[in-house]
Amino acid sequence: MSVESSKYTFTIEPKSRLLDINFREIWRYRDLLFLFVRRDFVAVYKQTIFGPLWFFIQPILTTIMFMVVFGGIAQMSTDGMPQAVFYLAGIVSWNYFAEALKTTSETFVTNANIFGKVYFPRIITPMSIVISKLLTFAVQMILFLLVYFYYLFFTDASLHPNIMLLLIPVLIIITAGLALGLGLLVTALTSKYRDFRFLITFAIQLAMYATPIIYPLSEIEDKRLKLVILSNPMSSIIETFRYAFTGVGSFSWGALGYSFGFMIVLMILGVLIFNKVEKTFMDTV
Amino acid sequence: MDPIIKVENLSKQYRLGSIGTGTLAHDLTRWWHTVRGKEDPYLKIGEVNDRTTLGDSDYVWALKDIKFEVQQGEVLGIIGKNGAGKSTLLKLLSRVTAPSTGKIICHGRIASLLEVGTGFHPELTGRENIFLNGAILGMTKKEIASKFDEIVDFAGCQKYIETPVKRYSSGMYVRLAFAVAAHLEPDILIVDEVLAVGDAEFQKKAIGKMQDVSNNSGRTVLFVSHNMAAVKSLCTRALVLENGVIAFEGKTDDAVSFYLKGGSNLMNSRNFESLINHEIFKLHEIKIKNFNKNIDEPIVEDEIIELSTEITLTTEHPENYSITYHIFSELGEPMFSFSNSLNASLKTGLNNLVCYFPKGFLQSGQYFLSFFVVENRKNAVFVEKDILSFVVVDAGRDIGVYMGREPGYVRPQFEWINKT
Repeated sequence: MSVESSKYTFTIEPKSRLLDINFREIWRYRDLLFLFVRRDFVAVYKQTIFGPLWFFIQPILTTIMFMVVFGGIAQMSTDGMPQAVFYLAGIVSWNYFAEALKTTSETFVTNANIFGKVYFPRIITPMSIVISKLLTFAVQMILFLLVYFYYLFFTDASLHPNIMLLLIPVLIIITAGLALGLGLLVTALTSKYRDFRFLITFAIQLAMYATPIIYPLSEIEDKRLKLVILSNPMSSIIETFRYAFTGVGSFSWGALGYSFGFMIVLMILGVLIFNKVEKTFMDTV
Repeated sequence: MDPIIKVENLSKQYRLGSIGTGTLAHDLTRWWHTVRGKEDPYLKIGEVNDRTTLGDSDYVWALKDIKFEVQQGEVLGIIGKNGAGKSTLLKLLSRVTAPSTGKIICHGRIASLLEVGTGFHPELTGRENIFLNGAILGMTKKEIASKFDEIVDFAGCQKYIETPVKRYSSGMYVRLAFAVAAHLEPDILIVDEVLAVGDAEFQKKAIGKMQDVSNNSGRTVLFVSHNMAAVKSLCTRALVLENGVIAFEGKTDDAVSFYLKGGSNLMNSRNFESLINHEIFKLHEIKIKNFNKNIDEPIVEDEIIELSTEITLTTEHPENYSITYHIFSELGEPMFSFSNSLNASLKTGLNNLVCYFPKGFLQSGQYFLSFFVVENRKNAVFVEKDILSFVVVDAGRDIGVYMGREPGYVRPQFEWINKT
């Protein structure tokens, strides 16, 4: 092999161009992406007795809690849906977003050890997180479907699955994109200044209340408040998700388009800043 | 032919101190300069990285204007004291962090053994970790699968391959990690201090593998180590880094002795002219060196060591006095004492007493001498602790033999006879 013609020729320089993503390189590391996903998914519940059952237990308990507190004590409306379906739909979709965001936003800090020793395209790590959380989401989705089918076939609850079910993959993509974009942004910022780390856990908690999870969007009368809730890009996703399965709730192309646009902007911003930080983050982390 | 690695004016600046509001102010200034298309103002300042003196600047150059080339198939040693910039250089080469200025042009895949076992997940089994670690180091699944048996064989852990690596002994863990990296087949392999771990048998394997890599497949190796014996026997050329700059570049032997000379804050000789004036003697000088070598050359373990003591006796009864030395290890353990009393007697006036240690008697390491003047072979009339300290260095050893330190402090060459 001649030295000049090596396909691995590269130059190490201080600064990169603004948007300098080497897609070919990311493609070359696709096996790593897959193995990271596997590791994250498999390693979590090693040395536990219930193993993957834990993926179920958390949403079940949260749903029961919501049914007792918000449905039972506070008597909040669920748009005429069975409470279990209503809350579980919200929790499962929100969980995906929250978990993916929280973990990607810690990419640099938790992986400092490995990043400090070998090079691979750093973006692989947050990508793998978003994908492995997607697997968790898929498992929890099975739980949701079990509950959903129970109410659909064995009770006379008014559930009207409709054509919008085809949008589910789009919803997932937007959610993944939002979590990834925001996560990249936050992790880039936290690599030097840790302030955001405290903010993010707290912000995710608060944002849940600004998303129609424990209440339906239709319940909100105040115009301005509704606008605030709708400015949260996750709102329309959760509403659309519920609408697709039950035919109840608010669905609008405009709101969904807004979420999509928001996701694109966030992704571009996130990747840009992540890219800028990844080269020297080891010096500041 | 073009060099496989070309390093041009490479510099790396670090900021000292902790990150807080002060750094935010600097970040903003830097950002303001970039926005207006100006140069980073903080790259103009900074000082040579001498950690012992307190500098005025918050910025320090861990590497400054490094320039070198590596040809394909070369085994380049990089030596230097702790903090000379070796690790920084390796970090830049392995793309863990980016340089502040300058650039590196590389034609080939680089794999580093900066610290083996990177990315090993304790909960995953040996098998899973081989794949994961291989992928982190840049191999595809197919490549790893084709080498899997070889890796397991090299690491010698067939029995444990389905056990989580957290149950492995530390030696086994390191062996497995090294095995993965060694089978990576990169064009350029970066090795940092791996020889410090593992048992003798494994060291032999590891060094053999490195040799293999460079000799048979024409691959390039960058080798960073404090083990001069290993550097000497493996490398074709070496760089000496000192405070972030290349202090020496050339043949391995020359580089090693340059490094050993420069790196000593030792007292191979000491002049006492006006310091020690006793009523019965005046001590002039004590020096220790290899026989037939200059005083400024490092003391090598496989050559005769010569200790000379220049002393003037002012007493009328020199026969009553003798000189004794105690020798201590670097941990302060007393090792043995030796004296001139039975071999060479002192005279009134100037004496130049010389004592020879046989070849290979002292192992590599640092030693301390305490000096005694003894009267009538029973009471010490003068004691000076740690009067001299010196370092004995490893000689280069044959390739393939154990490179680590033998146990103990002496390695006498006894007479052996095969009586069959």
